[in-house]
Amino acid sequence: MLNMLENVPKTDPLAFPEQKAVIDRILEENRDLPGSVMVILNELQSNIGFISPTMQAYVSKQMHVPLQQIHGVVSFYSFFTTQSRGKHTVKFCMGTACYVGGAQQLIEKAKQVLGVDPGQTTKDGMATVEVCRCVGACSQAPVVVVDEDLHGRVRPTKLPQILRKAQQ
Amino acid sequence: MKYYRTHVLVCVDPECLAKGAHEVMDSLQDELVAQGLINEVQVLETSRIGSCHIGPEIMVYPEGVHYVGLSTDDIPYLVEEHFLKGRVAKKFLEPEVEAKDEELSAPTSKEVRVVLRNCGKIDPENIEDYIAEDGYEALAKVLTSMAPEQVINEVLASGLRGRGGAGFPAGKKWQFARAPKADQKFIICNADEGDPGAFMNRRVLEGDPHAVIEGMIIAAYAIGANHGYIYCRAEYPVAVKMLNIAIKQARAYGMLGENILGSGFSFDLEVRMGAGAFVCGEETALMASIEGKRGEPRPRPPFPAISGLWGKPTNVNNVETYANVAQIILKGAAWYASMGTEKSKGTKTFALAGDVNHTGLIEVPLGINMREVIYDVAQGIKDGKKLKAVQIGGPMGGCLPEAFLDRPIDYESLAAAGTIMGSGGLVVMDEDTCMVDIARFFMEFIQDESCGKCTPCRVGTRRMLEILQRICNGDGRDGDIETLEMLCKYIKTTSLCGLGQGAPNPVESTLKHFRHEYEAHIYEKRCPAKVCRGLIRYEIVDACTGCTVCARNCPVGAISGERRKQHVIDVNTCIRCGICMQVCNFNAIEVH
Ligand SMILES: Cc1cc2nc3c(=O)[nH]c(=O)nc-3n(C[C@H](O)[C@H](O)[C@H](O)COP(=O)(O)O)c2cc1C
Ligand code: SF4
Ligand code: SF4
Ligand code: FES
Ligand code: FES
Repeated sequence: MLNMLENVPKTDPLAFPEQKAVIDRILEENRDLPGSVMVILNELQSNIGFISPTMQAYVSKQMHVPLQQIHGVVSFYSFFTTQSRGKHTVKFCMGTACYVGGAQQLIEKAKQVLGVDPGQTTKDGMATVEVCRCVGACSQAPVVVVDEDLHGRVRPTKLPQILRKAQQ
Repeated sequence: MKYYRTHVLVCVDPECLAKGAHEVMDSLQDELVAQGLINEVQVLETSRIGSCHIGPEIMVYPEGVHYVGLSTDDIPYLVEEHFLKGRVAKKFLEPEVEAKDEELSAPTSKEVRVVLRNCGKIDPENIEDYIAEDGYEALAKVLTSMAPEQVINEVLASGLRGRGGAGFPAGKKWQFARAPKADQKFIICNADEGDPGAFMNRRVLEGDPHAVIEGMIIAAYAIGANHGYIYCRAEYPVAVKMLNIAIKQARAYGMLGENILGSGFSFDLEVRMGAGAFVCGEETALMASIEGKRGEPRPRPPFPAISGLWGKPTNVNNVETYANVAQIILKGAAWYASMGTEKSKGTKTFALAGDVNHTGLIEVPLGINMREVIYDVAQGIKDGKKLKAVQIGGPMGGCLPEAFLDRPIDYESLAAAGTIMGSGGLVVMDEDTCMVDIARFFMEFIQDESCGKCTPCRVGTRRMLEILQRICNGDGRDGDIETLEMLCKYIKTTSLCGLGQGAPNPVESTLKHFRHEYEAHIYEKRCPAKVCRGLIRYEIVDACTGCTVCARNCPVGAISGERRKQHVIDVNTCIRCGICMQVCNFNAIEVH
């Protein structure tokens, strides 16, 4: 564990002073909360975009919580990711309403347009494609979420236009 | 080859043709000749540019400008503006669609709004709006004139049952949590709303957060708790934001914090976020998650009322359960109990989705029947199709056939029909839905979301999923149905938490009500609804006009053919996604 923190990879957020400052601030602000680990990981995920193994080791050391436990929590929840992602995220809802509404077709169309399957990032690093379960907009199914923008009643023919935002 | 600087695509789909697309196209050509631009601008036919309602429509490339509602009279102006002067002709742009609340429209005659009464009407970011609608009046009443036991009795008498799924009487739960003596007790609001197809809780949190907060404060007073948590799923950032604003305002107005409204009672509240694990909706898993651990359920008893969050007595209720409380206190238990059936009182919100004309949120008195919901409130099945099933209760619920439409919607009748009330997701499926495929879909969901702590749930659901996948692929075998039934029983009775215990429901209910579909897949290698890809193939018939739309939309390039000649599908490349059939305007693609 200490080893990991002595040899921080050059690309790790901890190697960049500004990002490290953000991480330290998050730790500082939340360390005394009951159940702080979950809050801190959530904040790291949304502010940094992912929680690298080195970041996990750092949280473990700062919070005096065994690394194994941090890792256990990170791997349990699907929102936590351990690798950096594309500049944009394209999420296809695969909840019941969206599935019935044709989400599968959209994923196939996206594969044609972006060249990747769900869970992958395009070669140019622009877009990460994901599937998720119900974003709570079922009356507009099928739903595609590009970054923060929700698109409802998406037809395969309209998808390329929607994806354009994620390609630049 | 000629080089054109601009291309104009004119939609020639039937609807646009009927509105004069060819005339528009001809006059466009004429006008381009007249204005000397014909060598720079090419006019082409295309299809499906836009919404179909406001044709004729054209698309101009490379600018990507979309003009709608054109007539031949407009063309000279358009050509001059756009092609000669290079300005976008604003008046032909697609009109901005009026912002409309897609989720919540005015109540229909069969609806009664209690939980949703303020949603969309008040500004959720302004506590004064809520106060103007009698907000926090119930809290004042409770704190100034009611003993905790009286509050509990009122809620008991109202008949309010938990809205998170199981329907346990709220008053009884509060009694249990009030009983133990402890230095600290907690109130938790379950806002994890994980059922795919449900969004009632989100809308209440976003549209009327104070109603939930007020209900929680009253519950806290009733059981003697001083701290509370709202556990909200990470997929709901707007709800989290609204809650945080509302909590801050409630504190500023003295509704939260020390010595609330001068009564000597203190209570405060914070929001905690989930991180995308469905099982965290289960109350013991939820508490583990708040404690900062993996969200794995633990056996009950002890129930949270005895030993909950950090081992302290804790009351967990759903968003909607809390949202009812203030109204019950204000209008009285008798008023609430006057709605609903003997054992299921009050109203319930549902999220209508799927193949109905009107999707969105509704709130109806319990005891209404499904037929009224689907045909009166939701205005019937889309495109004049026939109803096949209603899925209610989410992944641990079941699918009900047409024959059950006339039974009342209440906790007991639904349980008798092999499903559960659940949190309120209602997905209506028409005749084009394959019930085996739906069962497979839910099993995949469960398999994904099983926390893996206990074997029956982890391994049993995987076995079931494998069998269902096989059946959908056309490799079903004699005996599969029986194995599925055996696994259902086994998983139901031996799983630790409600997820595993309810996981077989979608399979069991479809086996019960739609057994013939399973049999068709297994014994006749046929998917009656023509959905399961292993059992169908697409074919282009002579109605094909060679419009090329399908070929351009096929995601794997399986369609070939010359313009204006019949196209063909290469069955080996085709992945049977059905997009081509959807986009073809001439009904020239059939599925067998
Ligand atoms: C797998 C699983 C998921 C659940 N998800 C939710 C949920 O999203 N929201 C909810 O309120 N209750 C959910 N529940 C039910 C809770 O365990 C608990 O019964 C409920 O929050 C109690 O509140 P109520 O009495 O007001 O219904 C879930 C249960 C299980 C087994
Ligand atoms: S039944 Fe499934 S989800 Fe529930 S505890 Fe067992 S493995 Fe986890
Ligand atoms: S079904 Fe899908 S893959 Fe097959 S030809 Fe049609 S569009 Fe292409
Ligand atoms: S199922 Fe896709 S938004 Fe709910
Ligand atoms: S009919 Fe022309 S765009 Fe739809």
